[in-house]
Amino acid sequence: MELPVAVPIPEGCGTLAPWFFSPGIYGFKEAQPYERNHELAHVTTPAAAHGEHAAEHGQNEGFLQTYVFSLDHKVIGIQYAVTGLLFLFFGFCLMMVMRWQLAYPGSPIPVIGGLMGEANAPGGIMLPEFYNQLGAMHGTIMVFLGVVPLAVGGFGNFVLPLQIGAPDMAFPKLNMLSYWSFFLGGVVMLASFFVPGGAANSGWTSYAPLSVIATTGQTVWLVGMIFLITSSLLGSVNFIVTTIQLRAPGLTFMRLPFFVWAQLVTAFLLLLAFPPLEAAGVLQLMDRVAGTSFFLPSGLVVGDVPLEVSGGGSPLLWQHLFWFLAHPEVYVLILPALGIVADIIANNTRKPIWGYRVLVASLIFLGFMSFVVWAHHMFLTGMGTTMSSFFQTTTMIISIPSIVILSGLFLSLHGGSIRFTTPMLFALAFLPMFGIGGLTGLPLGLTAPDIHLHDTYYVIGHFHYVVAPGTLLALMGGIYYWFPKATGRKMNDLLGRIHFWGSFISINVVFMPMFIQGLSGMNRRMYDGGATYVMNQDVLVWNEVIAMGAWALGFFQLFFIFNFFRSINHGEKVGANPWQATTLEWQAPSPPPHGNFSTPPQVHRGPYEYSVRGAQKDFLMQGEADEPQAESAKV
Amino acid sequence: MEIPYTVSERPDTGLNNVKLGIWLFLASEVMLFGGLFSSYVLLRLGAVDWPLGSDILNVPIGAFNTVVLISSSITMVMCYAALKMNDFPKYKLYMGLTIGLALTFLAVKTYEYVEKFSHGDLPSQSTYLAIYFTLTGLHGIHILGGVVVNGYFLGPGTAMWKTQPERFINRIEAAGLYWHFVDLVWIFLFPVLYLL
Amino acid sequence: MSDSAEETKKHIKTYWTIGAALMVLTLVTVAISYVEFAVPLTITVALIIAATKGSLVMTYFMHLIGERKGIHATLLLTAFFFLVLMFLPLLSHTDRIGEYMTLPNANTATADVQHEVDGH
Repeated sequence: MELPVAVPIPEGCGTLAPWFFSPGIYGFKEAQPYERNHELAHVTTPAAAHGEHAAEHGQNEGFLQTYVFSLDHKVIGIQYAVTGLLFLFFGFCLMMVMRWQLAYPGSPIPVIGGLMGEANAPGGIMLPEFYNQLGAMHGTIMVFLGVVPLAVGGFGNFVLPLQIGAPDMAFPKLNMLSYWSFFLGGVVMLASFFVPGGAANSGWTSYAPLSVIATTGQTVWLVGMIFLITSSLLGSVNFIVTTIQLRAPGLTFMRLPFFVWAQLVTAFLLLLAFPPLEAAGVLQLMDRVAGTSFFLPSGLVVGDVPLEVSGGGSPLLWQHLFWFLAHPEVYVLILPALGIVADIIANNTRKPIWGYRVLVASLIFLGFMSFVVWAHHMFLTGMGTTMSSFFQTTTMIISIPSIVILSGLFLSLHGGSIRFTTPMLFALAFLPMFGIGGLTGLPLGLTAPDIHLHDTYYVIGHFHYVVAPGTLLALMGGIYYWFPKATGRKMNDLLGRIHFWGSFISINVVFMPMFIQGLSGMNRRMYDGGATYVMNQDVLVWNEVIAMGAWALGFFQLFFIFNFFRSINHGEKVGANPWQATTLEWQAPSPPPHGNFSTPPQVHRGPYEYSVRGAQKDFLMQGEADEPQAESAKV
Repeated sequence: MEIPYTVSERPDTGLNNVKLGIWLFLASEVMLFGGLFSSYVLLRLGAVDWPLGSDILNVPIGAFNTVVLISSSITMVMCYAALKMNDFPKYKLYMGLTIGLALTFLAVKTYEYVEKFSHGDLPSQSTYLAIYFTLTGLHGIHILGGVVVNGYFLGPGTAMWKTQPERFINRIEAAGLYWHFVDLVWIFLFPVLYLL
Repeated sequence: MSDSAEETKKHIKTYWTIGAALMVLTLVTVAISYVEFAVPLTITVALIIAATKGSLVMTYFMHLIGERKGIHATLLLTAFFFLVLMFLPLLSHTDRIGEYMTLPNANTATADVQHEVDGH
């Protein structure tokens, strides 16, 4: 008898659902008369525009139009961010359950074990099939439903139009459709846990032929991916057109904040790299549903029974098409974080970032190179030395712009007047973490060591260092940094510091041991934590350490979650520019009304004019008119 | 504050938002069909044997469809030209022709598909048929999408010609670019699948 | 693209001319396919003609000839990545370790398995 698969319900997730309507703060703010913002009263006076807009939109629009299907980039950005954070939390919960199995293989999962369902974890003991589902979905959810929607959809949508002085995105309706396409894709992905056989279980990489013969959940995964890819494509068109066309007067490309450059390059990566995966997804769907053999070689035998298909397909074709996207995808994961860190560092060192032009050139070069390195994920597929050397070379070359950018950010600290605000703590921590992540990538990009390290825990340690202690820490910093702009209130600093230190320490406890395990040869994706292999016995102890770190990391996120939701209505109220920052978004009120600026701001200078000699304050805002006495001092 | 450059050109880039947007979208479509063409190349070169296109598919029908689609491209660009000349009735004529030709293409394609299915030539039979159906199927879906959009611009969308003619012309230009792209894909699909 | 009425009239003439050229080239494509060239030559000729037709559509119907540099740059970038997607996987397959996986006998090994299973 086949039992329906129950969804593993992670603790606390259900209570977060009502907060989905937090974008509704915009509905509330609309109706209030505008009061703060005295210090910038001479720059823009949103009150009048605010009144107009409220009359045009606020009172006449229904609930659905204002909160659910809003066309305002700020609402959509918050929708993306909150949804992304919820998915991040869910994917994290999946991992916390996996870590129990890895630390204590074969023992019943405490407390929630019964909720997994008999088909997944009879008696609370996880089955290998279920472990595989958790693994595949953890990866998929974190990458496609968590980080990218938060970093690109959330931060990009909210901040980018404000930073370029635009009233909204170029195509607001397309923006709204992008979000809902993403949401639908997410729902489909979550629904896959409920189908017979459970969710996709062939890794987030869905390699053929395993994925072609896998259970129904894989088909659902493919359908979900099509929604997500569509969302990304529509979004990237929007970002590029907005950045090129809607910049405020005086805002040349070389005066753009580094964050905007990062989002622009990211959008190009998404635009050009995602479609081949969409094509591959369609092909795999055809294989699974229409019986084609795009990825099935001839003579494939499954469980002693030869497959009745035409054969003649190529499993490697899937790998090429998948990694053609998935490599640029990892740069999609890191670039917005670099952008956020650059803005935060400039702000909290009170000086411009080092080598703006060099860093922009590196960003562009990095984006370009990311398209020609993908087969370094395929070194062990039997490629000859010529092609492996080609990809090894391009991979080594691509490390150069990454190092340049990281070095530039480190150099930006030199001589700075550093303020250790909560966002700055996260931005500072990002630097060495990304350094470790990047450096550990080098042995993987070189073909010889990769023979030993491929598919081991070393790889897992490497990419998690870049994404988790790297990107996620940066995104957290970004949330603390821009929260005041979105809500008009600051998040609590004490809670922020506890969140930071707890997360920073525990996240290193989670991922550092993985290098040790990987170097000793422990394979990835093993449901028993490697216990059956003699070579792993010495490093098995780290599984327990990692699990403790993971649960500690989960615990410290509670401080963030509490802080985030509480500060929406009870945080310390602030004005338009609580960080004394220079970029255009800090000129708009907190939170900005529909249309952001009543008239387009006129940009007079670069994005990071901090500590300009002769100026009255230690920062000059981009959109502020020139001070008379500053003219002669500026060289 | 209104969103600028939806119709008028931004001075330093010389583009309006819609034109830039549609070209970017077409760039992504190039990569989409590129993924499928790349699959074709790899599958064919890895195959033990690969049939000659003209042995499996009907070349005269394919050639006819090519002529039909190229004609629809001509009529589509004439739509745009008619609007620039302020000749709305001529625009409607050409748009009607474009949609008619597109539907003809789809009808012929449907006939080809049905013919194949009734002989048991399903995508599951061989990788050649698999890639044929996938490539032409995805292309057909794009044609259908174009028909829907063009139909809108012949029907309810025409209201904009009276209220905002410049914006309407802009939209027709964008629709035209999309349509030419669909034609462009077929220009490559036809020889690759039918003749090689 | 803000043309005057006269400019548009000249463009219309161009469109008909290009349209006719496309029809002719289609006929050429079909006609040439009946000539028995070696496979590589056939493919090359077919692709050259298709590329010519495609260029005509892009240059005149899609008006790339008068278009801004930004659009040209985007398309060149896309074309480059398109070629990368076409050729790099191919080169990775032709350059393999040992006889086992060389083309066109890529399925030899799996065919052996099939024989084993079939029992002959």
